Amino acid sequence: MKDLLNRYGVTLTTIFVALTTFWLAMLVVLPNLYLFENSFRPYLPVAEIGGPKDVYSLNNYLTFFQSPIHISVFVWTILYSSLVTLICFAVAYPMAYYLAKVANRRLLPTLFLLLFVPLWVSEVLRSFAWFIILALKGPLNFLLLGSGLIDAPVRWVTGYRGVMIGLVYTYVLFMLFPLYNAISSLDTNQIEAAEDLGAPWWRIHWRVILPHAKPGIASGSVMVFMLSVGSILVPTLLASTTSRWFTEIIQQWMFESQDWNTGSAYAFLLLILCTVFVSLVMRVFRVSLSDIAK
Amino acid sequence: MKSTRKSDWLFHFYLVIFLLYLLLPLVVMGGAAFNDSRFPSIYPWVGWTDRWFIELWNDQRMWTALRNTVIVAVAVVVISVPIGTAAAILINSIAGGARSFLYALMVAPILTPGAVIGISTLLFWNELSVPAGLHLSVLGQVSYIAAFVMLLVLARLQSFDRGLEEAALDLGASHGQVLRRILLPHLYPAIGAGAAIGFFQSIENFNVTLFTRGTYDTLTVYVFSKVRTGITPTINALALIMIAVTLLGAVIYEVRRRRLVSAEMSAGR
Repeated sequence: MKDLLNRYGVTLTTIFVALTTFWLAMLVVLPNLYLFENSFRPYLPVAEIGGPKDVYSLNNYLTFFQSPIHISVFVWTILYSSLVTLICFAVAYPMAYYLAKVANRRLLPTLFLLLFVPLWVSEVLRSFAWFIILALKGPLNFLLLGSGLIDAPVRWVTGYRGVMIGLVYTYVLFMLFPLYNAISSLDTNQIEAAEDLGAPWWRIHWRVILPHAKPGIASGSVMVFMLSVGSILVPTLLASTTSRWFTEIIQQWMFESQDWNTGSAYAFLLLILCTVFVSLVMRVFRVSLSDIAK
Repeated sequence: MKSTRKSDWLFHFYLVIFLLYLLLPLVVMGGAAFNDSRFPSIYPWVGWTDRWFIELWNDQRMWTALRNTVIVAVAVVVISVPIGTAAAILINSIAGGARSFLYALMVAPILTPGAVIGISTLLFWNELSVPAGLHLSVLGQVSYIAAFVMLLVLARLQSFDRGLEEAALDLGASHGQVLRRILLPHLYPAIGAGAAIGFFQSIENFNVTLFTRGTYDTLTVYVFSKVRTGITPTINALALIMIAVTLLGAVIYEVRRRRLVSAEMSAGR
């Protein structure tokens, strides 16, 4: 702090502190504290707010814990988001390794340019693309029917299948880039040394590359899991009659019931879930927050 | 690596499959914009048409949504760049437990689901008698986009030679001059990248906007409601235009970068 004053003087330091305080207090801490406080208050007509009925209680959370449907949607959301994270890792790892260690250096800028294109296309359009592809009379069924692989059109969007396909497609790049960054920081000599000492390729991956890529795996997993759990677009656009996502229930409370208090309680549960996941990943992979936030 | 030679072929194959997987859906979506069919698809192919582009052009709601999106994105950049830069300078000058605590607080919004940011912003400002609307969408988006800017600027600060500032001060420069003439020029690449990322993040944003927008439309909300209520290939026309603009921007960037590289290489010789 004293250092800042020496370099930039009182006025500029005050501005820096003021801007940061505004951000952290008004946009981050207070809104979340308020969300927390609201989640314990009952949903009341405007006239009764502050009245005798406006007391703190756990009722909004009890609504959740007494609803088997909401609990099961919550659990399915967690399980399927974990599955999406695993699939994204499985798909992205070979690609990240290829880009970091095998691919021709001179091709890399062009490859990255191509890889970045879907990232710049908004999430709503990416899910919409799969909405078209997976339609019963869509191009995928046409292609498979035409090539004789299937005899009758497949209903792709059943259960959570459509949601899974959409989420993996939408978020796989959030796994690829952290993995690539982590693997490319590994000294290639280490891989060659392992090869020269006779290690088979799978052991090189298991004992040399994967341990080194831990921060990347942690960062990618956190991003993919968090984005999947919190996704609204994909579970809505690619939903079947039996796939319900936790964010949809939050939306119901906020928009259909207009019950912002129960909505806050549910949103807070989502926040807790993500916090738990982040701390779990930090513990398991033994990485710090700055590794994840890169 | 010599021994991986035989697996190279497999990797190339995987690369091609992966790129096709990423890009073909976008081609399908864009292609459907030209199909003269009521439902957006490339199969069955009814015939070429440009009517979806004309219909899109005449859709007043789309223009309003586009205008709103650009206004929000510009506002988000204008607010989050100074905040993120100030926060990075601030956190770079402190150490120890306070630093870890502040850092955790600053990156927390990146790890918070958009729905939670949206709802908490809505509730909090509602309590302060600020109704929902695009201004709240701006504030909600700033809360996490400022964190991206902070991370980029903080990374850039690591390569800054602080001795330069001391030298300038010793030579009688004012505090304002030190910031304007020495620190900021060093940070410009990071600030520029932060502004670009912030702009695109804002345009893409849906989750925060959904809860805070009130009755206003942004482009993502417009597309979303179109897909849910009455799907027409006008969305594909919009998608194709957006992809084309993105590609154009990316190619211009790449060409400029290559020119720079080759200019540097010939200068180095």
